[in-house]
Amino acid sequence: MSKRIDVKDLNVYYSKFLAVEGVNIEIKPRSVTAFIGPSGCGKSTFLRTLNRMHEVIPGARVEGEVLLDGDNLYDQNVDPVNVRSQIGMVFQRPNPFPTMSIRDNVLAGVKLNNKRISRSDADNLVEKSLRGANLWNEVKDRLDRPGSGLSGGQQQRLCIARAIAVSPEVILMDEPCSALDPISTLAIEDLINELKNDYTVVIVTHNMQQAARVSDKTAFFNIAGTGKPGKLIEYGETATIFSKPTVKATEDYVSGRFG
Amino acid sequence: MSTTTLTETRGAGQSGDKIFSGATLAAGCLILAVLFSVAMFLLVQALPVAGADPAEITGGEGFSTYIFPIVIGTVVAAAIALLIATPLGIGVALFISHYAPRRLAQSFGYVIDLLAAIPSVVYGAWGYAVLAPELAKGYAWLAENLGWIPIFEGPASQTGRTMLTAGIVLAVMVLPIITSLSREIFLQTPNLHEEAALAMGATRWEMIRMAVLPFARPGIISAAMLGLGRALGETMAVALVLSGGALTASLIASGNQTIAAEIALNFPEAFGLRLSELIAAGLVLFVITLAVNMVARWIITRHKEFSGAN
Repeated sequence: MSKRIDVKDLNVYYSKFLAVEGVNIEIKPRSVTAFIGPSGCGKSTFLRTLNRMHEVIPGARVEGEVLLDGDNLYDQNVDPVNVRSQIGMVFQRPNPFPTMSIRDNVLAGVKLNNKRISRSDADNLVEKSLRGANLWNEVKDRLDRPGSGLSGGQQQRLCIARAIAVSPEVILMDEPCSALDPISTLAIEDLINELKNDYTVVIVTHNMQQAARVSDKTAFFNIAGTGKPGKLIEYGETATIFSKPTVKATEDYVSGRFG
Repeated sequence: MSTTTLTETRGAGQSGDKIFSGATLAAGCLILAVLFSVAMFLLVQALPVAGADPAEITGGEGFSTYIFPIVIGTVVAAAIALLIATPLGIGVALFISHYAPRRLAQSFGYVIDLLAAIPSVVYGAWGYAVLAPELAKGYAWLAENLGWIPIFEGPASQTGRTMLTAGIVLAVMVLPIITSLSREIFLQTPNLHEEAALAMGATRWEMIRMAVLPFARPGIISAAMLGLGRALGETMAVALVLSGGALTASLIASGNQTIAAEIALNFPEAFGLRLSELIAAGLVLFVITLAVNMVARWIITRHKEFSGAN
């Protein structure tokens, strides 16, 4: 479990529009990396290229390489389905399957590709994943109830449980707390700190305090103006980015002078 | 002063509200009144059958003996239609909503909608003149090779104007209803859930099974029920296609009849008790349709908790 990601000269397009330009970044295994930057700077777009979710949107494509422990995700004979089963994702809005019970939600990814799993293995996996997402104690008595009956924060932790149930190499999180209250946010942040022991975690956030709290390294993305491509401005240790960044734009952003 | 501003009426806006709520109330009452008057018509006109001497009823053995075969015929024809049209309609709808390139999907959708615009008498004529003779060849083969199964028992109809043909024509007729409704619902599947499935490494088909179909389930049932309603009540196409007769198990031999076709074929010459018989048959069809719809509603509400509406 847990692999490194190396991105080389990545350009991301929506049809002809260049959304993100020339990203080079190295993400270490078992670490938390935060992407920060103003709205529309392409950080979410870039995140979605790391598990090939970007190309779900019609017309979307990329140029360049994303290497997972040296293997290019965009190699011609790589199936995006395989990529996504190894690189889990948690979205901005909690999205458990409303037609499934809590238990079935956790097992959803495992049951893909018609994999068979015995009843007792399934029970163990559900408990392990829900414990891993700090949700077990809250839902253990109602595993057969619909996942949509949980609170927003619980739903988001259910989504995290669903993501870690398949033991991915990497977990991507796209503003996972932006729809949650402060207490639920704290619960997720604690969880991210624990996840780091086993997984490579990449998180997009609008909340700079959050980036400072949870991440080891921080990448600052910015955009020169509307219609211009987003770029990776600075990438480094989180402490450095927030205390003495080398680029003026980063300093302006983290000190709240714009954006 | 403040109390007067609170109790003051705003004139125009408020009366507009009253007119609108009155209009909706009237529309609602109108529907009930029409339904009530049709039901009363059926009941009153069918009443003579209840008191009649069984020997006077067509067939000579009472109303239930008369109605039973055509009830079965009606249900079987509609069941065949639904059995064919539901999977096909869901498949076509999925193709349009999730597989076809956007431009093709749109024109394909229009073509399907066009199918619904063809009058039923045309479907009947097509089934009679084109489909039945073609199917007759297949029926002969079925009777020869699978004749041991009761529904394919020979002798096969030479003209092909059988229950199975009627069912297939009905299937074509209900296909556009099921397809367009399912398509609309498939397109409404929240992007959120589709992406959740894809991000876990689901293939497109797995994504459809995981996110689209469960979400669309109540809609698919409603679509099928609307289709069933049309298949149960369809008169002209069945009257033209089916060479009716006594109840038989075989779907590829002449025979069987549906309630709607029975009424249409006999109504012009019917009077007195015969007329009441046909209207009573209509009442039975009314009850069947009602029962089917209630069962469908029950199925949908049974799963409400997991529907995603909460």
